[in-house]
Amino acid sequence: MSESVKRALVAGHAEFAMGMISAVEQITGRGDVLVPIQVRGLCGDDIRKVLYDAMVETGVRVIFTDLQAGSCTMAARRVLREIGDGVLVAGTNLPMLLDFALSANASAAEAAVSAAERGRASVSVHTGSPA
Amino acid sequence: MTLVLNRIDDRLIHGQVVVGWGQPLDVKFIVLVDDAVAASEWEQELYRMGVPPGMEVRFHSAADAAPLLDGYRTEARPGILLTGDIATMCSLVEHGGVREVNVGGIHHRTGRIQHLRYVFLTPEEQEALAALARFGAVVTAQDVPAARAVPLGELLAARESA
Repeated sequence: MSESVKRALVAGHAEFAMGMISAVEQITGRGDVLVPIQVRGLCGDDIRKVLYDAMVETGVRVIFTDLQAGSCTMAARRVLREIGDGVLVAGTNLPMLLDFALSANASAAEAAVSAAERGRASVSVHTGSPA
Repeated sequence: MTLVLNRIDDRLIHGQVVVGWGQPLDVKFIVLVDDAVAASEWEQELYRMGVPPGMEVRFHSAADAAPLLDGYRTEARPGILLTGDIATMCSLVEHGGVREVNVGGIHHRTGRIQHLRYVFLTPEEQEALAALARFGAVVTAQDVPAARAVPLGELLAARESA
């Protein structure tokens, strides 16, 4: 990966963050704008601290999480309340992160909102039919 | 139906509870017993936003919850009783009616020893779990339905490294 400014944290269950970021890297070469957060084995307070420290260290104010009910999402909401600004997107999917990684928008927060719309619109269902 | 799961989980409402257990058990309500959450509207709203439409969350302090549990057990819909720590569950078991306790997640903290991937306990917490059994509750550790339910004796004897 090339050196790049970090623009968002990605946090979720198990290897979600690493897996999503590796996919973003493979498709766009821009995986390095995303910071993976692994939380296996941590209690809610420790997850909050990990997210808080990562935001302070990197300066990013955008967090993508996997599941609305997930402990990362809960912790991220507490961090945003603590820090006072930032954007949390829960229910992250790959099209969303691709859009965010490729966004030319100077504001990561605005890019995140736009990416969330792209991710929402990227879900489709196809059913097979006999030939 | 009734309270189909009595769970100790320091993350309270999260993916394993709402999706992992909630979907296969068709859970329609969660009774969240935690003194800090019961005292904070903001925390309650946080947890309400974490559950899908059609799943209700009711918040109580430990003292308020105990006399209400019999009523929850008569509900027609399946529900989960959820506490964030062993002491709170102990107070409910002591009050009566909680016959099975699921240890779903007690995570790393200074002074705790790792017993399972998702269970870390201080010596006092080990004793508190043993007390639950003495009160007559069947205590097992099981993070998700597909996992094996680990009996209390095995849980307390187990040692894992991170």
